[in-house]
Amino acid sequence: MPVFISMIKKEALHLMRDSRTMTVVLIMPLVLLLLFGFAISTEVNNVNVVAVVHRHDDASRELIEKLRANPYFTFKGIVPFCEVEPMLRKGEVDAAVILDCDKGATAYQIIVDASNPSIGQTATGYMESVINGGMVSPVSVRTLYNPRLKSAYNFVPGIMGMIFILICAMMTSVSIVSEKETGTMNLLLVSPVRPRTIILGKIVPYFILSCVILALMLAIAYSVLGLPLSSNIVNVVWVSLLYIVLALLLGLFISTIVSTQVTALLVSGVLLMLPVIMLSGMIFPIENMPSLLQYVSCVIPARWYISAMRTLMIQQLPVSYVVTEVSVLSGMALAVLFLAVKKFNIIQ
Amino acid sequence: MNLRILKVLLAKEVRLMRRNPFIPRLIVALPFMAMLILPLVANFDVRNVGVTVVDNDCTELSRRIAANMDAAGFLSVKECVFTYDEALQTVENGESDAILVIPPGYSADLLKGRNPQLSLDANGVDAIKGMLGSRYAAISATQTVSRWLSEQGLPLAVPHVNILNYYNPTLDFRNYMIPALMVVLIIIICGFLPTLNLVSEKETGTIEAMNVTPVGKFTFVLSKLIPYWVVGILVVTLGMLIGWLVYGLVPAGNVGCIYLAAVLFSLVMSGLGVTIANKSSTILQSIFVMFAFIMIFQLMGGLFTPIPSMPHWAQYMTYAVPPRFFIEIMRAVYLKGAGISDLWPQYLALSGFALFLCLVAALTYKKRA
Amino acid sequence: MDNGFAISVRNLVKGFGGFTAVDNISFDVRRGEIFGFLGANGAGKTTAMRMLCGLSCPTSGSGTVAGYDIARQAEEIKRHIGYMSQKFSLYGDLTVSENLTLFSTVYGMSDKDIRLKSDMIFKTLEMEEMKNCLVKDIPVGWKQKLAFSAATMHAPDVVFLDEPTGGVDPVTRRKFWELIYQASSQGITIFVTTHYLDEAEYCNRISIMVDGRIKALDSPENLKKEYASGTMDEVFRIVAKDAKRGD
Repeated sequence: MPVFISMIKKEALHLMRDSRTMTVVLIMPLVLLLLFGFAISTEVNNVNVVAVVHRHDDASRELIEKLRANPYFTFKGIVPFCEVEPMLRKGEVDAAVILDCDKGATAYQIIVDASNPSIGQTATGYMESVINGGMVSPVSVRTLYNPRLKSAYNFVPGIMGMIFILICAMMTSVSIVSEKETGTMNLLLVSPVRPRTIILGKIVPYFILSCVILALMLAIAYSVLGLPLSSNIVNVVWVSLLYIVLALLLGLFISTIVSTQVTALLVSGVLLMLPVIMLSGMIFPIENMPSLLQYVSCVIPARWYISAMRTLMIQQLPVSYVVTEVSVLSGMALAVLFLAVKKFNIIQ
Repeated sequence: MNLRILKVLLAKEVRLMRRNPFIPRLIVALPFMAMLILPLVANFDVRNVGVTVVDNDCTELSRRIAANMDAAGFLSVKECVFTYDEALQTVENGESDAILVIPPGYSADLLKGRNPQLSLDANGVDAIKGMLGSRYAAISATQTVSRWLSEQGLPLAVPHVNILNYYNPTLDFRNYMIPALMVVLIIIICGFLPTLNLVSEKETGTIEAMNVTPVGKFTFVLSKLIPYWVVGILVVTLGMLIGWLVYGLVPAGNVGCIYLAAVLFSLVMSGLGVTIANKSSTILQSIFVMFAFIMIFQLMGGLFTPIPSMPHWAQYMTYAVPPRFFIEIMRAVYLKGAGISDLWPQYLALSGFALFLCLVAALTYKKRA
Repeated sequence: MDNGFAISVRNLVKGFGGFTAVDNISFDVRRGEIFGFLGANGAGKTTAMRMLCGLSCPTSGSGTVAGYDIARQAEEIKRHIGYMSQKFSLYGDLTVSENLTLFSTVYGMSDKDIRLKSDMIFKTLEMEEMKNCLVKDIPVGWKQKLAFSAATMHAPDVVFLDEPTGGVDPVTRRKFWELIYQASSQGITIFVTTHYLDEAEYCNRISIMVDGRIKALDSPENLKKEYASGTMDEVFRIVAKDAKRGD
């Protein structure tokens, strides 16, 4: 056992000494949480709009007043028609409303920069409701679970899914492979220490680091981001620990199949990180993907973890709703463990 | 600077690149991955929004609202139930995304001119789907109701508005994503790979063998960057070809504007990459720092989420994020046909960043400790 | 300045924060000499050598290498020296001849000279069949000889060898020293660090570094006489007995 403790100590010291990497590893999750929580949003606001008015009358004055008062719009003034297109092209404005007189009645035309269709459509929707103003909308819309549609804590599960892969899988695999590269691994393997002890000694510090980061992220999510706190946090923690273990095993597995640090990085980057960002549902909804990619996303651990976290953290549903996710993650962990051990024994 | 030395160093870099087991494959695979898979994934077109209808009205109109909603392209009515609790259950187990409640006596109240309201509760866990999905559902319901009202001989209260969608008339989200995805190609080819290359020479010690020779530092760093610039431009070209052949998307503006922006942005990324490499001693360290930059660049550069949606403080921060300008240029040139005269502030900003970062890279490269 | 010294150093100091790796050393190396630089691990040999090669700036002190000032003319020095580090420093993914071409072009040799010199090296090292092999695939002994040839190909004034024979078998080590003698006979000054004490006997003069200072400097014969020892091994043990650093 003292051997084991000293192995852990050695690895932990090695980790701590690289202060720059440690800073990045500890700060990045927090920065990401705060950016996602407070900066990143898909809500459409700050729509810059100009008006083209052919004849000033009550209708036009009233409309411009309403645009000025509306929090979603920034009214940029009245311009002649010929300036609308250049302004749209330069990105100075997002939409223009054109008022014309047609047999006494006011005719409205909206020209919108639709290069981003979701912004374009939403902006049109807002403008229409301003033009229709006064009319009571026939539908009242509200949102469940995330009432103001502020995605403040929506991205928390996604970021956790990504960060643990980054720390556990990438760092562990690179650190083990770097010992292979410098030859110190052979030194350890010929020593009387059992291989199991060596591997555990390499993994435990990263496990502890991940737990620290988990605690940090949960603290931020429940305090700054205002995620409602409930007894479900127990389930959040143990499912996260399961995922951390799985990620560590993945890192271990990668380290058994590659021989240089650069390859370890690229393999864990391309095979783990990219799919986590793209296919796990972290940013982009899985339902929108073509069915082939939806099937691919099933083999990505983060997909199951993120889905479980959303159910437990955001919807606050009991653990019985995440049985599928938990069993898939456990199954994956066992499979990866089996493969890694098999591969490791072959190398032996 | 000695051209003969530069040439032999370049030959070395090209050979090493070719003999690397991974990099040539990455260079070929990357544009395909980025341009074929990303547009399929990075898609905020919301489809398949499941709606559960709580029909307390049970009239011809309420059934018509549900039927029209199901027929609308992006929506599908999953179930019609009679209590809100049953409906909530379908949302909680993930079957449906929104609940439409039609209150009792809805159509009767409408006829009496009382302006009754339908209520729509969307699942906000997935904010984009929640927002757009509820908008689609609201539009569909509004249309059905106003058509029904006009059939009943009641006046159409809503004035007619004519809408022109400029630059992307088909409203295809891919047209918006594809030009901007070039940013991913350049970040990886001109930023990530040179960093990895420099730091791994540091770790194997070959950089020391070069530092003890009379090779000038500019020559050495240039020999590292030129191959990646060339590859970067080739990959951007390949990306444009894929955009054209697969998605039928051709730049509305001048291709020269695209290349100019690509060259400037390559300089920005390689300046950053070399600076990071100079300041790192291990591969892991350099990659983590680079990764932190890339994450922030992608999030704050407006690649996936729009900059105008950010709060003001965050919008000011994006002026320090170089990809922001590159992405703006690519989208404006591709979709709006803008040129340098329209986009000179963006080009100026990119040039400034390029100059600054290349200078920092040159100053931080030390042949001597 | 041509005082007959290839290297001349006065009061050289290199500190890293509070740690003084090289503590006030002074010595001269004559032209054409084989100068052995001995010391335990951590004694400061590599740090001292890196300053001489222009890879590291001295904290204080002065010195010249091949007639150029080490503080101000580092780039000039680099034109006139060769260097072989203890870490293997050729490109593993380039072939033998590609590596030679790369390093000799960097020193400004003409294409014709490079061809002639490379052919000569392949002949003396008996590597003609290997010249198109990737360097990472050739045995370690050959690699060391090749690295030495690459470092001396441009006929430098001084060549610095940092533990060149680490991890090499005795037979190859002997052959390696033959190469060193051959280079020395062509007038190249050799500055070599080593911790194989039998190799010290091959040098014209040696210095022994302990804890960043030079504790002894003379020819192997004189040192053995001075410390009344039969072998360099004993000399080293006596000189280094108070060492605090190293393992």
